[in-house]
Amino acid sequence: MSVIEIKNVTKVFGPYTKEVEELLHKNKSKNEILSETGSTVAVKSANLTIEKSEVFVVMGLSGSGKSTLIRLINRLIDPTSGDLMIKGKNVSKLSTAELREFRRKNFSMVFQSFALFPFKSVLDNTAFGLEVRNMPKKERLKKAEHALKLVGLDGYKNQKPNQLSGGMQQRVGLARALANDTDILLMDEAFSALDPLIRKEMQNELIQLQQKMQKTIVFITHDLDEALSIGDRIALMKDGEIAQVGTPEEIVTNPENDYVKAFVKDIDRSKVLKVKHVMRPANSQENTDANPVIASEDLLYKSYDSFKNGIRELTVKDGGKVVGIVEFDKVFEVLAVGNEVEEDAR
Amino acid sequence: MLDNIPRLPLSEWTTEFVRWITSAFSFIFDPINNYLGTLMNWIITGLEFIPPVLFIIIIMALSAIFMKKKVLSPILIGIGLLFIYNQGLWENLIDTMTLVIISGLISIVIGVPLGILMSRSNTFEMLMKPILDLMQTMPAFVYLIPAVAFFGIGMVPGVFASVIFASPPTIRLTNLGIRQISEELIEASDSFGTTPMQKLLKVQLPLARPSIMAGINQTIMLALSMVVIASMIGAPGLGTEVLSSLQRAQVGPGFVAGLGIVILAIIIDRFTQTSNSNK
Repeated sequence: MSVIEIKNVTKVFGPYTKEVEELLHKNKSKNEILSETGSTVAVKSANLTIEKSEVFVVMGLSGSGKSTLIRLINRLIDPTSGDLMIKGKNVSKLSTAELREFRRKNFSMVFQSFALFPFKSVLDNTAFGLEVRNMPKKERLKKAEHALKLVGLDGYKNQKPNQLSGGMQQRVGLARALANDTDILLMDEAFSALDPLIRKEMQNELIQLQQKMQKTIVFITHDLDEALSIGDRIALMKDGEIAQVGTPEEIVTNPENDYVKAFVKDIDRSKVLKVKHVMRPANSQENTDANPVIASEDLLYKSYDSFKNGIRELTVKDGGKVVGIVEFDKVFEVLAVGNEVEEDAR
Repeated sequence: MLDNIPRLPLSEWTTEFVRWITSAFSFIFDPINNYLGTLMNWIITGLEFIPPVLFIIIIMALSAIFMKKKVLSPILIGIGLLFIYNQGLWENLIDTMTLVIISGLISIVIGVPLGILMSRSNTFEMLMKPILDLMQTMPAFVYLIPAVAFFGIGMVPGVFASVIFASPPTIRLTNLGIRQISEELIEASDSFGTTPMQKLLKVQLPLARPSIMAGINQTIMLALSMVVIASMIGAPGLGTEVLSSLQRAQVGPGFVAGLGIVILAIIIDRFTQTSNSNK
């Protein structure tokens, strides 16, 4: 069973009149509906299925509806139409009290501008979700301390948030979400306000934490590099519609429409594609022993070093077994020319 | 042509309305008058029972505790209070202080909840804004008239007029403080599943605290200015001295009593402002 199922969900800001409804049925674009009726279609007939323990990235430019989409999942924003199934339960049908209880048990959220409470200490901020659940003080502070340790901030528990740097503040935001110990983690542009080095660091840390925690993470970003580096799957949004859903490799190598194509055009493919995507099967007569070895799961940029000194071919191994050969010309072609990767290679 | 329109009998209506309220709600006004009057008399008797020297020392000590690191403030406050005692205005000071504290407290108790309600409902805010404007721009003397009708003369009508005149800043700034909280912090609170009461107590009120405290400070200062005016309907205190000096055209005593009010204002202001900047 999928953890999150978004079924035909639409969100319209402004009056939802018959006219808007008809225009939506006629599949008019966001801009057409806005100019004709004055209502903004933030999310249009979105369908998504998010599986357990995956990092699902929703990526899009500002105004694409991605922030609305994540708020629809925990119903900070109510959908205009459509159904939201979380762990098999239809969240769009819950009463206010049921929703509150459901949020406490299932969702934790991390925000772009951190949303820490300035009057609370780092430790009390971290314990906030547990405090709301009326957990006894001793117990919740213990859990909060553990969460702070996970993000490497246990030395700062008595500070106020404004005494910390941006990166540290977001660690507190992350700790607050982790302390809550819910299966679903919603991250709304969580790293977008951080400077590039800190952002990279936080991405790596999230990936490491995720290997241990195995939570279902919905991550919103406008940064394609970020999406490609942390996402198991990515949904690209444009004008409230989902343009494409797929793994990073699929998005980069096989964009389904011009919008996605334009998006991935400038991306550094060597950091998305793996060696296995561009290798050719080894021919049994070939002598592969002389060539340097590279693992099939390695990202393509790792092959750069081995191609030095006139070497044109590398031997690809998977678990000690020779599985293929990667040629310099092929790598060059894929990276520089941006040709599609052949179907059978994927 | 304009003269042909008959005069709108608004003043008659108001008179009738106030008369009706006075008789219809006397079952509320009379006990309030009795109990509040008695309570305030007790407080005043109690405060006057404390020897002035001890009183001054207590205030100085409190100010030293409140305003950490500052040595000058307690000393200046001590000198100010000593001056008032020296001028023979001690009892008037106690009266005024009691009136201000009671009016301030009542204003806060009424004002903060009203401000919270205003922040939650746009309709209620729209309704309250013109009423608050009216309460603040109406000349303060006007409130004295229904106050006398409801409560007769003395301290209680003084408190009533002060509360009406002084509560708007607390109401307004509580509303504003809550409305100004960033959307993301409210979302954060909601996303963790706070009940409306948890959100109010754990998130909104603490975040709006500086704004609410600024409102309370303003309210207490306004209450002080009104308490002086209320001397016209027999509220005792420093204002009475000013009023009688005015009636007898005595510049000196009027100035001294006025100075006493200024000193009290500064002391109260320092106290309410530091409790704001704390934390």
